[in-house]
Amino acid sequence: MVRFDDVWLRYQHAGRPPEAEALRGISFEIEDGGFRWLTGPSGAGKTSLLKLIYLAEHPARGRIEILGTRATQGTRRETALLRRRIGVVYQDFRLLPQLDAYDNVALPMRLARRSEAQVQADVNEILRWVGLAHRLHARPDELSGGEQQRIAIARAVVARPRLLVADEPTGNLDDEQAERLMLLITALNKLGTTVIVATHNMGLVERYPFPRLSLEYGRLVHNG
Amino acid sequence: MARHRGDLLGLRAALSDRLLPVLVGAMSFLAALALGGALACATLAASWRGDTAAALTIQVPQPDDPDTANDGTRLAAVQRALAVDPDVQDAAVMSKAEMNRLISPWLGSDATTLGLSLPAVITAQWQGPGSTDKLASQLQRMSPGTLVKTGALWAARVAALTISLQACALAVLLVVALVAAAVVAVATRSGLAQLRETIDTVHGLGALDSDIAARFAARATWLALGGSAGGTLLALPALAWLAWLAAPFTGPARLGGFFNLPPALIALVPLLPAAAALIGWTTAQLTVRGWLRHLP
Ligand SMILES: Nc1ncnc2c1ncn2[C@@H]1O[C@H](COP(=O)(O)OP(=O)(O)OP(=O)(O)O)[C@@H](O)[C@H]1O
Ligand SMILES: [Mg+2]
Repeated sequence: MVRFDDVWLRYQHAGRPPEAEALRGISFEIEDGGFRWLTGPSGAGKTSLLKLIYLAEHPARGRIEILGTRATQGTRRETALLRRRIGVVYQDFRLLPQLDAYDNVALPMRLARRSEAQVQADVNEILRWVGLAHRLHARPDELSGGEQQRIAIARAVVARPRLLVADEPTGNLDDEQAERLMLLITALNKLGTTVIVATHNMGLVERYPFPRLSLEYGRLVHNG
Repeated sequence: MARHRGDLLGLRAALSDRLLPVLVGAMSFLAALALGGALACATLAASWRGDTAAALTIQVPQPDDPDTANDGTRLAAVQRALAVDPDVQDAAVMSKAEMNRLISPWLGSDATTLGLSLPAVITAQWQGPGSTDKLASQLQRMSPGTLVKTGALWAARVAALTISLQACALAVLLVVALVAAAVVAVATRSGLAQLRETIDTVHGLGALDSDIAARFAARATWLALGGSAGGTLLALPALAWLAWLAAPFTGPARLGGFFNLPPALIALVPLLPAAAALIGWTTAQLTVRGWLRHLP
C-alpha cells in the first residue's frame, strides 16, 4: 500500500534560496495490488511525487506510508531494505555505463545477494521478455534509447518488487514495444505488485483504463 | 557473465593503482626508517646505560710521586683508600697495554714510550647510592689533582637523548600515519566524485551504506597494503645498513651477514603494511559513510 497524507515537497540546494514547492498538499492512497496512472503536464511534479515514493526525497511536510512502513522513519538500513522491495524505472534510465546489459539487470539481485544460478535464470528470462536476449553483452552506450529503456524496465522488475514505480517507461518505445511493456506490467500487477506509472501517453491511458492521479502545478487535481 | 561482480561500481578505474599506493609506499618507507631509528636508539641506549652508569674512572697524575702523608706513592695511597671503601668494587689499575690501546688513536702506536708523564688510570665499579664527591675530596687530599669520574651523568645524557630521539621517531610515525590517512581520504573522495551517478543509482536500488563502503574499503585496503609493502621492502636495505653500522655497539654476534636485522625490527617491520592496510580500510570506511550521509 502507498499512502500520502498532506505531503509537501520543496527542493533545497545548499547555498541557494529554497525553490517554490514542487508538491503541495498531496493526499491519496493506492491499495495493495492496485494500479495508478500518473499524468499531468511537464513540470507538474510527476517525477517529484515518484521520488517520494521510491524514497529518493524527503517530504517537507506530511506523512508517507510505503508498503506498510512509514517512510523517513526507519534507520538507513531499514530504508535501504525497503528500497529493495520497490522497482524503479527512472525517466533517465540510470544504467551503469561500465556494466553490460546482463550485469545491469542483475544488479538488484546481486545487491540482494541472490545465488548466481537464480540470477542467471531470472535475468535471462526477463531479458527475453523485453526482447533483448541477443544484446546481453552490449553496454548501455551501445544500445538505442528504446533498448536502454527496456533494460531499465527489466532491471526494475527482475527482483519481483512489491511496488513498481515507472517514470515515462514508454517514452522511447514504439507502439508495439509499448504494448509489450504494458503486457509485462499488467502481468506483474495481476501477480500482486502495486504499480504506479507516470506517462504523457494518453493513448495508452485510454487503452488501459486504470484509475488516474493527475497533477498540475504540484497539486493533485484528479484522483480516480 | 559475472565478470563485473567483483567490481560492481567500477572502482578499479575510479580508485586507480597509481597515486595512492605510491604515496602510501613513500609514507611506509619513512615509517620504516623511523622505526629502525627508534629501535637502534633503544638498543644503543640499553647497552650504554648499563655499562656507563656504574663505571668509575680515577685518574692519578704523577702516580709515582710521594703522597701527602709521605708514606708511599700516590697511586698506592689511592689504591689503599679505594680498597677500604665499601662503595667501590673491582678497582684495577689499567695496564700499560690497555692505556696504549686507548690513547694510540690520538698519540700514535706506542704513546707510553714517548716520555709523556701519563696519569695512572684506575677503573672500578661504583656501588654506592650517593654521589662520589666525598670519595673525590678524600683522594684529592692524599694525591692532589686526582680526578674521579662516574658514568652516571653520561648515562643520564644518553637516556635523555634516546628518549628525545624516540619521541621524534614516534612523531614521525604519527605524522606519516596521518598523511597516509589523508591520502586515502582524498583518493576515496575523488573516487566517490567520479562514481557519483553510479553510487546514486546503486543506493537507489537498495545498496546498504555498508555494502558501498565495504567495496571502497576493500579496494583502499589492497592499494594501501601493496604500496606499503613496496615502500617497506625498499626501506629494508637502508635498515640493514643502519643495523650494520650499529652492530659493533650491540654485541659481537651481529657482525655477520648484511641483512642481519635485529629480531625486534624483523618483528615490527611487517606491522607497517598491516598498519597501512588498517589505515586504508578505516579511512575509506569513514570517508564513504560520511559521504553517503548526503544521500537520502
Ligand atoms: N532537483 C530539483 N531541484 C529543484 N527543482 C526541481 C528538481 N527537480 C524538479 N524540480 C522542479 O520541480 C518541478 C516538478 O518537476 P518534475 O520533474 O517533478 O516534473 P514532471 O511532472 O516529472 O515533468 P516531466 O513530465 O517533464 O518529466 C519543476 O518545476 C522542476 O523544475
Ligand atoms: Mg518527470
